[in-house]
Amino acid sequence: MTMRAEHQITAGFMPLFDSAVLVAAGEMGFAAREGVELVLHRETSWANIRDRIAIGHFDLAHMLGPMPLACNLGLTPLASETIVPFSLGLGGNCITVSNAVWNGMAAHGAVSDLDPAPAGEALGAFIRDRVAAGGEPLRFAVVHPHSGHNYELRYWLAACGIDPERQIEIVIVPPPFMADALATGRIDGYCVGEPWNSAAVAAGIGHIVTVKALLWRNSPEKVIGARKAWAEEQPEALAALLRALHHSARWCQDKANRDELAALMAQAGFLGQKPALQMPALTGHLALGGGAERTVEDFFVPFDKAANFPWKSHALWFYTQMARWGQLAHTPGNLAIARDCYRPDLYRAALKPLGVALPGANAKVEGALKTATPVGSAGASLVLGPDGFFDGQIFDPDEIDAYIAAQNPGRSPQIREGR
Amino acid sequence: MVPASLAVLVIDENRIRASIIEAGLREAGHQRVTVLHDVSGIARRIAEIEPDVIVIDLENPNRDMLENMFQLSRAVKRPIAMFVDRSDQASIEAAVDAGVSAYVVDGLRQERVKPILDMAVSRFNAFSRMARELEEARNELEHRKVIDRAKGILMKSRGLSEEAAYTLLRKTAMNQNRKIGDIAQALVTTAGLLGPLEDE
Repeated sequence: MTMRAEHQITAGFMPLFDSAVLVAAGEMGFAAREGVELVLHRETSWANIRDRIAIGHFDLAHMLGPMPLACNLGLTPLASETIVPFSLGLGGNCITVSNAVWNGMAAHGAVSDLDPAPAGEALGAFIRDRVAAGGEPLRFAVVHPHSGHNYELRYWLAACGIDPERQIEIVIVPPPFMADALATGRIDGYCVGEPWNSAAVAAGIGHIVTVKALLWRNSPEKVIGARKAWAEEQPEALAALLRALHHSARWCQDKANRDELAALMAQAGFLGQKPALQMPALTGHLALGGGAERTVEDFFVPFDKAANFPWKSHALWFYTQMARWGQLAHTPGNLAIARDCYRPDLYRAALKPLGVALPGANAKVEGALKTATPVGSAGASLVLGPDGFFDGQIFDPDEIDAYIAAQNPGRSPQIREGR
Repeated sequence: MVPASLAVLVIDENRIRASIIEAGLREAGHQRVTVLHDVSGIARRIAEIEPDVIVIDLENPNRDMLENMFQLSRAVKRPIAMFVDRSDQASIEAAVDAGVSAYVVDGLRQERVKPILDMAVSRFNAFSRMARELEEARNELEHRKVIDRAKGILMKSRGLSEEAAYTLLRKTAMNQNRKIGDIAQALVTTAGLLGPLEDE
């Protein structure tokens, strides 16, 4: 290609499978076709991504869904105002425990079927036995305090009667170190994206007990976080990139491209793990440990089900969990900040020229769709959901006060200073 | 009144760089300097050391874990914040560019910390320069080795003198508009595929 790109965009990403849509946009020519030269930088921590966005090294980045909210709400140091114009997919995480914990759960009736409720029940029984015998609390790891992983792990435990604040300990471990920390006994379990669960199973050191797709079907995970000041200065560059990401996401979803995508993500500059280890994320076919296998529908959805639409209701659910676990105080001011962070208007404006199906609403009631449902949309047809929570709860973004109150019975939210 | 000396903790997996920082801090009169190369058991160490300033390299994948620990003050006794002086964007940029970050206990005056951060930034930059020069020297050596091997192959297979072999490599490179090292590498690879022409 001799033509000079119209726009230059620098983006950061972490070595996780759900960076695939961003990576493929750059590597498979989708960005170039939209006149964007996309320069990708692999990072070693979410803190580095945040810092490099703040000082202008990166224009945008692969981010944890709650991370831009945390930046705008002043929960992190060195934050710059960050917006979310695109979601990088739905689902993709698992909860994995050590073989010792799995054996303890199995003794209390757990079976390898990924069903969250009975697995949580067995874990609760195992924890009570352990405490009665004077054992240390179990230690679980997540990748970041402001992550879908932290909130879904806590949601699962709390719904199964385990208090994640008192009955277990939650620590932070970088994704590529999870399996190693499990093997050496520094942690007893974790919630992380692929391929870091399959890696533990392949090494014979862990057992997958449940998956994000079964805790909350078709739920939000990683997003594109863009520096607001940059997005306002370069609206055309952003719109061109969003179109490239749209084409890339469709390519990533297509079964015919699985081998090529797995080979791309396996490269040393991206994940640096064997292509075979990328396949569970793509097929939903997981080895769980001890020879058990399961295929999970909608395990990771990079494109279908309006996966790339930045629903405000997704951002607001993250917000309710921040309030639930004392990361912030639920106030009208904070709620307004959370409401403004995800930008479906930018997504819609960028994709409108393509004539593709676009949701008409900015938010939806989460957990209301029991089956895949065609919805009215501008232009072509669109299918959403199912989007159920495993405990049957419903999140109505118009009833936030009630939702937070119901989740915090008797708990006065502990206010942590924003820095 | 002279303020009490600051306790500084340096977390860096790179031992050489860590010792360069440590030496810089000691030269600047900081006597209470601790260097840690890995983060296992770090909460306990921080509780013991009670650092006023923590300097950490940005390549460290444990930054997220450390920041989370700093925010939960029960693990570290005194709340620790990232060193951020909003009025001094340039020094934040310089630090990130150099690949270093600093955290300080809340309430510590910026002017006491800034010299430490500036020193860390300049030493990180010096270290990167040194590492780059070393890498270039290593590449240069590799480059020469491969040209020597290519010359050897040509001398043996075509009966050329060393000078003639080098001239042939250089001419080929010029004709194909490629680097002589690339031509030499291609020749060595091809020779390796075709059989044991070399007697090494």
